[in-house]
Amino acid sequence: MSDTPLLKVNAVSKFYGSRIGCQNVSFELWPGEVLAIVGESGSGKTTLLNCLATRLAPSAGSVEYRMREGQFRDLYRLSEAERRLLMRTDWGFVHQNPADGLRMTVSAGANVGERLMAVGDRHYGRIRSTATDWLGRVEIAADRIDDEPRAFSGGMRQRLQIARNLVTNPRLIFMDEPTGGLDVSVQARLLDLLRGLVSDLGLAAIVVTHDLAVARLLSHRMMVMKDGHIVETGLTDRVLDDPQAPYTQLLVSSILQV
Amino acid sequence: MTELATYNFAYLDEQTKRMIRRAILKAIAIPGYQVPFASREMPMPYGWGTGGVQVTAAVIGPDDRLKVIDQGADDTTNAVSIRAFFQKTANVRVTTSTTEATIIQTRHRIPETPLTAGQILVYQVPIPEPLRFLEPRETETRKMHALEEYGLMHVKLYEDIARHGHIATTYAYPVKVEGRYVMDPSPTPKFDNPKMHRSPALQLFGAGREKRIYAVPPYTEVVSLDFEDHPFEIQSFSEPCALCGARGTYLDEVILDDKGGSMFVCSDTDFCEDRQAHGHCGHLSANPAEAAE
Repeated sequence: MSDTPLLKVNAVSKFYGSRIGCQNVSFELWPGEVLAIVGESGSGKTTLLNCLATRLAPSAGSVEYRMREGQFRDLYRLSEAERRLLMRTDWGFVHQNPADGLRMTVSAGANVGERLMAVGDRHYGRIRSTATDWLGRVEIAADRIDDEPRAFSGGMRQRLQIARNLVTNPRLIFMDEPTGGLDVSVQARLLDLLRGLVSDLGLAAIVVTHDLAVARLLSHRMMVMKDGHIVETGLTDRVLDDPQAPYTQLLVSSILQV
Repeated sequence: MTELATYNFAYLDEQTKRMIRRAILKAIAIPGYQVPFASREMPMPYGWGTGGVQVTAAVIGPDDRLKVIDQGADDTTNAVSIRAFFQKTANVRVTTSTTEATIIQTRHRIPETPLTAGQILVYQVPIPEPLRFLEPRETETRKMHALEEYGLMHVKLYEDIARHGHIATTYAYPVKVEGRYVMDPSPTPKFDNPKMHRSPALQLFGAGREKRIYAVPPYTEVVSLDFEDHPFEIQSFSEPCALCGARGTYLDEVILDDKGGSMFVCSDTDFCEDRQAHGHCGHLSANPAEAAE
């Protein structure tokens, strides 16, 4: 891990009228680090994630990102063109519902290749071999490359969405409930795959989840949110094994034991 | 003609023509950019060339000579009606000859005879947005044009190659104009795309239902999109025109009988008839005796 952070979040707040989305959130994220944001529904996790990923403009605060060239840029001062370029090259966004992140009417290969074509690759053979390679890495059989994601199962769609996001070698991935709606065995394989990819590629990731088990498996550090505020933050194992804030204690003790 | 006689000339009122001309000027200034305009109701249904008719009405003058083609032919319903419309409302001279015409309104073809400086080619466009079938949101496609995000256009070509082994798009083949805007050349066959490149004629595109006008000024670069390892190529035909014997023209298949017989003839009727008049003939040409019957 490097000694300069990748992302610096400074007192970010988002209000919906007089209602609080999230308030006064500050943290830093280092390259290769996986940060989980946990909390119950309505606690502001997704609002915060969307603010960080520039999908939503915050009401106050700033988010700085270290670009590939090394200098920090305020994300809300980027031009629309720069922001969109950043989103399709250096970043990835994995939606909870794969249909939101995929083009359901074009083939799996084109879904993976779209980002390459968007950054100017104009060689069909090269795009296709890169797509085949990435499908292999997310455990989708090579003979499914010309099938539409509509013909894929939920787990396959989610893996395809991950491949589509990783093809340009991003440095930061945002994930919104990446395992939501999948059954446990599929979830376990997806988590395995994500862990492998994150450590192989040295990805930094911000994962929003309400599932503490997902947070424990994937993340190095976690933040617990309640009512738009951060109530506790720390190394994942510490927070889960020795929760300090009353709300975190409640959350941890609510995990179903099988 | 007196100044009064040209007032409210050619069906549209002066205010409307002024509005359309402003849109056309803007379109010429930004080649390939779709300029919104307040499309009027025309005395014909949408999809029959309301955009093209409005553009023609806005640029035509009493001294012009108009040619109208539909799928290359001067004698199809749409072409005949629009030609008659301008004869009646503007009293302009009309022609079927490509070289004599000053304005050519077209649907689905560019004439085979090369156009010359001073001529205007008016296209009827059903769907002006090349990204429409990939991205249904107008707000998003406008942003993509503004930011020059055209990766999606290649996704469509990628799909073609993945499915058919080659780029199977044969008409409305997307082009990049002057290195900037990606444009739909209207549903002309891709055979005609190279004719748009550095054409000496002014090319105007009118989409009446979608309320857009765009243009390719004379001598503008028009490049068809492709992949390095799957370059753009036009259709080729194995046999020459059955009537005039021309090779290297765009051919239509015409069914001759109910036993599967057919022939291939030039879709550009003016070009084909001109060749026949000059003594060229194909293998199915009528000899003079039969033609007299």
